[in-house]
Amino acid sequence: MAAKLILSMDGVVINEFPISKERMTIGRKTHNDIVIDNLAVSGEHAAIVTILNDSFLEDLDSTNGVEVNGVMIKKHVMQANDVIGIGKYHLKYISDQVSQANPDDFEKTMILRAPAKSAEANAQVSATANNVEKTGKFGALPPVDSTPATAPATAPATAPAAAPANAPAAAQAAAVQILTGPNAGKELDLVKNLTTLGKPGVQVAVLTRRPHGFFITHVEGTSFPSVNGQVLNDKPHQMNDHDVIELAGVKMEFYFKG
Amino acid sequence: MKVQDALEIVSQTNPGMVRSHNEDSVACEAACGLVVLADGMGGYNAGEVASGIAVSVTAMEISHRLQNASPVERDEQSGEELGVLLLRDNIQKANASIFHASQSQPQYAGMGTTIVAGLFYDNRVAVGHVGDSRMYRLRDETLESITRDHSLLQEQIDSGMISIEDARHSKNKNLVTRAVGIDAEISAEIHVHDVRIGDIYLLCSDGLNDMVEDDDIGTTLYAMQGNLPLAAEQLIQMANDNGGRDNVSVVLVKVKGGFAAPRGWFAELVNWFNK
Repeated sequence: MAAKLILSMDGVVINEFPISKERMTIGRKTHNDIVIDNLAVSGEHAAIVTILNDSFLEDLDSTNGVEVNGVMIKKHVMQANDVIGIGKYHLKYISDQVSQANPDDFEKTMILRAPAKSAEANAQVSATANNVEKTGKFGALPPVDSTPATAPATAPATAPAAAPANAPAAAQAAAVQILTGPNAGKELDLVKNLTTLGKPGVQVAVLTRRPHGFFITHVEGTSFPSVNGQVLNDKPHQMNDHDVIELAGVKMEFYFKG
Repeated sequence: MKVQDALEIVSQTNPGMVRSHNEDSVACEAACGLVVLADGMGGYNAGEVASGIAVSVTAMEISHRLQNASPVERDEQSGEELGVLLLRDNIQKANASIFHASQSQPQYAGMGTTIVAGLFYDNRVAVGHVGDSRMYRLRDETLESITRDHSLLQEQIDSGMISIEDARHSKNKNLVTRAVGIDAEISAEIHVHDVRIGDIYLLCSDGLNDMVEDDDIGTTLYAMQGNLPLAAEQLIQMANDNGGRDNVSVVLVKVKGGFAAPRGWFAELVNWFNK
């Protein structure tokens, strides 16, 4: 396992603990995996449950609480370089899994293999599976079906830290101002990825925000919208600054905002 | 109204921006109101072999069987409706075919696939799924997922280990706990939902819902419900604009009218004559 915890107090490193099992406990009593002999630390203070590449920290109702990066938590999903604070002690979570990751595995769907019913010989695998299931309230997975599928994956699970799935589109801010009709003068900021213009059932067009700009697309209705007097076809049309859209008799101006 | 006249079905699949080949498969049998989508996994081309088998077995078997049977008939032994029974049996049949192929041919060892299938009949839809391919429903303005992923992440959410916000950043997004073709037996999760006129059903592989927020999927479907092919195209484009790290497939089904199964002795008589 790639991750470890470094125990320190006042900047002085005391010990290093590799994360070597699914559930590691931290506390004052000697049966804990990480023992911190200090009266500010509860007997069983906290636990770290690790499943594949994700580690979860949980406060075991300790008297003085658990901080991560200075914030009091009850439960926390560990990120590389998080600092756990327990009393005057600090535990830094080091995880180098990102650098070990193979980009080819990124986002590839993999099956978590249930222990094969025929392969009783593979008792080790089943044993690990059972361990995961029994890791206290934190790790208690609900039974899925007759085959508890918590055994190690058939493929090495080395997906790197997934970036937030969709970073907001990089397009510039833009707006549409209505020029004619009862709503003349109204301004509509294009803050969403998709903005609807028109009336459903009559004539609808959408303005979509994409990484390389804004596009107008005809959706429904017998007549098509026009841009700068030119009637569109059913393909998306990229918008330029100060383009004038005409839709169902209403004119509006598209422009980028400073 | 017959089911093929009551539904508008559109499907589209795309390899995405990163992958060189497409391991997703889709099938639509408009005549019997069946849509199937599968997302295969396994080395080389085994993924598309697995999803291809899953989709063709379920689509062909079910549509063949429904040519001279009604999905509302009840099975004498189990008392289950034929529609539900067909979904369950044929996902199991697909499982057996894939499992057999992967056992007998070394290049296919370990291949598997997710599956989500919807069978529309009698103003209802029977939904069967295995793995993390989803079915969503847009009703009025609300988009809702009507399947629950068989994934490690979903289990972690269910057991309260991880919040939905944290789940978006989890590294274990892509681990499914159930798949077709991995073991000799599989149990598909099957539920029957009532259908309303105006509903739009979306079947998608995780290439869509991993890359595009549910909110954006909902807005797009709502805005573009008058133009289903454009909506499908737009969803795939959004996934690809956001990185398109996986194959993206969508199937859209719009309910345009009621499709109640004929009932009563007269209908049965007509059916009997039509046989």
